[in-house]
Amino acid sequence: MMLTLAKALNEGLRAAMERDPKVVLLGEDIGKLGGVFRVTDGLQKDFGEARVFDTPLAESGIVGTAIGLAIRGYRPVCEIQFDGFVYPAYDQIVSQLAKMHARSKGSVAMPVVVRIPYGGGIGAVEHHSESPEAYFVHTAGLKVVSPSNPADAYFMIQQAIASNDPVVFFEPKRRYWEKAEVDTDATAEPLWSSRIARPGTDLTLLAYGPMVKTCLDAAAAAEEEGRSLEVVDLRTVSPIDFATIRDSVRRTRRAVVVHEAPRTVGVGAEIAARLSEELYYEMEAPVLRVTGFDIPYPPSRVEEEYLPDLDRVLHAVDRSLAY
Amino acid sequence: MARERTPETPELREERRVSVTSPAGTEASTPLVQLLTPEGERVHHPLYDVDLTDDDYRSFYRDLVLVRRIDVEATALQRQGELGLWAPLAGQEAAQVGSGRALRPQDFAFPTYREHGVAWCKGVDPLTLLGLFRGASNGGWDPQEKRFNLYTIVIGSQTLHATGYAMGIVKDGAVGDSGGEAVIAYFGDGASSQGDVNEAFVWSAAYHVPIVFFCQNNQWGISTPTSTQSRIPLYKRAEGFGFPGVRVDGNDVLASYAVTRAALDNARTGQGPTLVEAFTYRMGAHTTSDDPTRYRLSSDLEAWKLKDPLERMKSFLFKQQLADAGFIEEVEADADALAARIRKGCLEMPDPDPLSMFDDVYAEQTVLLEEQREELGTYLAGFRA
Repeated sequence: MMLTLAKALNEGLRAAMERDPKVVLLGEDIGKLGGVFRVTDGLQKDFGEARVFDTPLAESGIVGTAIGLAIRGYRPVCEIQFDGFVYPAYDQIVSQLAKMHARSKGSVAMPVVVRIPYGGGIGAVEHHSESPEAYFVHTAGLKVVSPSNPADAYFMIQQAIASNDPVVFFEPKRRYWEKAEVDTDATAEPLWSSRIARPGTDLTLLAYGPMVKTCLDAAAAAEEEGRSLEVVDLRTVSPIDFATIRDSVRRTRRAVVVHEAPRTVGVGAEIAARLSEELYYEMEAPVLRVTGFDIPYPPSRVEEEYLPDLDRVLHAVDRSLAY
Repeated sequence: MARERTPETPELREERRVSVTSPAGTEASTPLVQLLTPEGERVHHPLYDVDLTDDDYRSFYRDLVLVRRIDVEATALQRQGELGLWAPLAGQEAAQVGSGRALRPQDFAFPTYREHGVAWCKGVDPLTLLGLFRGASNGGWDPQEKRFNLYTIVIGSQTLHATGYAMGIVKDGAVGDSGGEAVIAYFGDGASSQGDVNEAFVWSAAYHVPIVFFCQNNQWGISTPTSTQSRIPLYKRAEGFGFPGVRVDGNDVLASYAVTRAALDNARTGQGPTLVEAFTYRMGAHTTSDDPTRYRLSSDLEAWKLKDPLERMKSFLFKQQLADAGFIEEVEADADALAARIRKGCLEMPDPDPLSMFDDVYAEQTVLLEEQREELGTYLAGFRA
């Protein structure tokens, strides 16, 4: 069926809740309102207030109580309303959620999903356009994923909920309303795997979440100029599926990593470091990064200049191919 | 025509304390400080009064009207695509103008993102607010100059900043007499659940700082009713933290003024924090992105319309023969002119220079950001060439 990314998440949540009565949803305004992006629309009505509930306005409370619910045997799915509002919960995520399994020597699992709409490009006020994934990627004990399209959204949210590890689930909010065909009967790809979204031979573009579409558009534009770009949709950024990345870059010998998040110590830095460690003699050019800048997310009237776009991706492609 | 504010005697202080500790009851039985009935009748309260001139009364009304007009115009500008977002204050004008006017020049306010009425009282140009919601800036005014901190969007954070500022006042020895300084921290019913707000209560009590926590209970945190945040009236929370709490009719500008004025004066004279709960109603959406019809009844809205803060003050002015139709028209004309000015200013507002995004990230610029600034500059210049 044709689904927007938001509706695909909604259907994925519904399927997970139907499959497992221990799945509960909690967050601000997720009940009657259905979440500010309507991702949980109708779920409280269908599953009741015991399984889909509005919390007091306190993010630390949302994640902290989710940890307790998990200890009690539930599979909580937390909604954080916007990227910039996750930080009050940061302590609970980093110091508690991420470490519980290791501290209990595996006796306490933390099957908690923290859903976070993230990224810019929607003309929002501050704290509503950030890409904080690197903080969580840098935290051992957490897994971090981000779907780029409705089909992945549908399956990945279910897989994240089924995972016995805590998953920070970043949803590309500017892609919420993009539609695509979703075959709900298809066999899902493993959650911790990346996928070649578009095969190519001259250079590998590596992206996740909202930037996958940007890279696919760039690859289509490059094709008109006779360049064959491969696009890898990382899907998971912790753990990084380095086997897929390595196989691709070994073939194309060039790589450009694209993300909205600031450049320094971002996911791109990690990928560039590993490529230089493992494929140093096989590459024709250094790994380039197209990213946000190392500044607070700017006022929305200049966010177009901040965010990587098709032109900036192709600009980096030109530089890489010129080596 | 108005009597002096009742000085705070030990007896009255005790009475306030007792009123705070009265047993929890229904909302209807909860004591509410009111000086104007919804019909605009002037009523008296044993603890709170105002000392205002006739001109003051008229200017309070004027402020209410102008602030509402700013809100209406901004909402329209958002609908027309000129603002990315707007957080309407409709219904909360009295709580904001009353508390804002209660501030003395030396007092410092820490707002949320909806304090357009307080901003007005603090002399912040509404166009500056529009710049924030248009996406032309992430701040816009000098908090030190205006004694009005930047808007804070992350819920509740500013209450701790206000507490720290008030700690600084104590350290500076700037409390103690009527010339002392005080701080007001604005927040809402939703924010009362945040850890930061509760920590601000703890710290303010522990250090006995000159602060007024001004909670506008507008009944809704987006779609979540206050009952999800608290089982007891919010003002009663104060007692558990060790300072007085009082609930005021937030649609009554005179009561909001009187209660805030008294609480600020208590603070500046070394009597510590007060929690003021302004009981009001968010007549509009949470923001222009919100659709309240999904979660609340229109009958609720209709009931609150009868308590409109502007109509109440207008009735009072007429009943007291403090204003005539000519004055009302004059205020309307001022509002029209203000609306026209901010509309024009908004449409003409230039976008920031993209390269300015690298400015002011640090007090001392870094080499890395200089390089990135140059990188973007060169890149953008390539398109112009």
